[in-house]
Amino acid sequence: MRTRGDLATGYLFVLPVVVSLAVFLIGPILYALYISFHHFSFLAPDQATFAGLDNYLKLFKDPRFIRALGNTSLYSLGVVPIQIAIALMLALIVDAKIKGKTLFRVVYFLPTVTSTVAVSVMFMYLFKNDGLVNFVLSKLSIPTFDWFNSLTFALPAVMMMAIWTTVGQFMVIYLAGLQDIPQELYEAAEVDGATPWQRLRFITWPMLKPTTFFILIMSIIGTFQVFDQMYVISKGEGGPQDRTLTVVFYLYRAAFKDFDMGYASAMAFALFLIILLLTIIQRKFFKEETN
Amino acid sequence: MKKLWRVLFYTVVIGYAVLTMIPFLWSILTSLKSTPDMDKFWVPLSSLTLENYTYIVTKFPFFKWLLNSAIVAGSVTLGNLFFNTLAGYALARIKFPGRGLIFYVVLGVMMVPGQVVMIPVYIMLANWGWINTYQGFIIPFLTSSFGIFMMRQFFLALPVDLEEAALIDGLSRWGIFFRIALPLAKPALAAQTIFMFLGNWNSFMWPSLLASSDDMYTLPVGLNSFHWQYVAYWNQDLAGTMFMTIPMLLVFLIFQRWFIKGIATSGLK
Repeated sequence: MRTRGDLATGYLFVLPVVVSLAVFLIGPILYALYISFHHFSFLAPDQATFAGLDNYLKLFKDPRFIRALGNTSLYSLGVVPIQIAIALMLALIVDAKIKGKTLFRVVYFLPTVTSTVAVSVMFMYLFKNDGLVNFVLSKLSIPTFDWFNSLTFALPAVMMMAIWTTVGQFMVIYLAGLQDIPQELYEAAEVDGATPWQRLRFITWPMLKPTTFFILIMSIIGTFQVFDQMYVISKGEGGPQDRTLTVVFYLYRAAFKDFDMGYASAMAFALFLIILLLTIIQRKFFKEETN
Repeated sequence: MKKLWRVLFYTVVIGYAVLTMIPFLWSILTSLKSTPDMDKFWVPLSSLTLENYTYIVTKFPFFKWLLNSAIVAGSVTLGNLFFNTLAGYALARIKFPGRGLIFYVVLGVMMVPGQVVMIPVYIMLANWGWINTYQGFIIPFLTSSFGIFMMRQFFLALPVDLEEAALIDGLSRWGIFFRIALPLAKPALAAQTIFMFLGNWNSFMWPSLLASSDDMYTLPVGLNSFHWQYVAYWNQDLAGTMFMTIPMLLVFLIFQRWFIKGIATSGLK
């Protein structure tokens, strides 16, 4: 379909977006690439010197970066599967014929609309040494911890918080996926005498595969870019012995505290490559599974 | 057996709902306790007070932070609605040379984490003198590749017949866009509004980078700085937290039907 003046209209419609993308994304991406190959400080941009691969090689030798990457991976490994399992379970529950399902949908979704800064403050209060969590644990004769100041439990506490916050959003996406499964499949299975477990295993789960793939990617990207919670909880420091220091957090500090922007940019590209690689692996894995 | 299942089922349903609500309820309760009662677990209802709320809004610029958040999140959301929809429509419907290239660029930059551009954009805004200004908070964020992509996919899925009929009736492309396509795009626009507003209202990393004086803080940045000054007074600290959280919860409760539907219909496609 074509109308008169379409060419001009087309360009006019995309013009704002093209300008904005060029100025605030594409230009900066190229500039970041340039910076990552230089010793570059914001304070003295004129004195930038070519660094070759120095910034990238430094990543492999910097124990703090390795610690940050380890924390981030551990965080992702812990959060992603639990998050997806709970989200799927909740979606199946609120999709079933139960009383008050709208109410439960709304309640489960509440943490998603709350700012991570607010959630962090709430959880610091719950998990403080003489807080509610420890109070309940001690009543049940379970040992208590000073969660956010503990070497072992600081990261798991943040993980619990992340799961609590984001499960609602993934539940809603699963809910949408469930609506797209043709009802006839279930009816046919019923005729064949399939048990509820078999229906879940052989209809719901395979039919939800694209949804699960989407959620998995979103969840991995989200967990690998985690920053807000860690920053708020550790007062911008990184927690006890850097136990809650993440890649983005370390990058932020390298750039805006140490002003080592070349190194920080190299870190950003390393993160990009890691996310890209994980996405490609997931994609391959899911394609082979469906074939 | 069946009865046992039902009991188990409702235990999970209600149990998780309780787990979800406890942090909110416990925080609200503490925010209503007076300072001498702060560390007591149980206090009589009659001793609950709003004094923490009046204290924090008179001593700290919470209303200014609220205003900043509203200005920034509001303008960014409006800009995104307008620009992303125009571009999404053009990429889906209008044929012009370079369209494919623009689409692939949009798709490509979606994969790049925001942290990559953080440093260059910061340097650029600093050179322009835009640090600690509204334009610095707003203008770089007026479009989003995710929003463009979402709108393009939406318009592609829309049947083209109506627009062709309008064309035969002599409507111009502008007329078709504003009078035919836009009214049909309401669900996608609602979803985009939700994503953009929520994302920007709660955004922390960029505003904490770009705001350098406390009169320019948005609510999340303000709350973070307030929290570290008041860490011993949890009742006041949590009053600040609830000051920021409760309006969003109310907005959500009022619009929850569109919220959940909006995310459900556009989360995937």
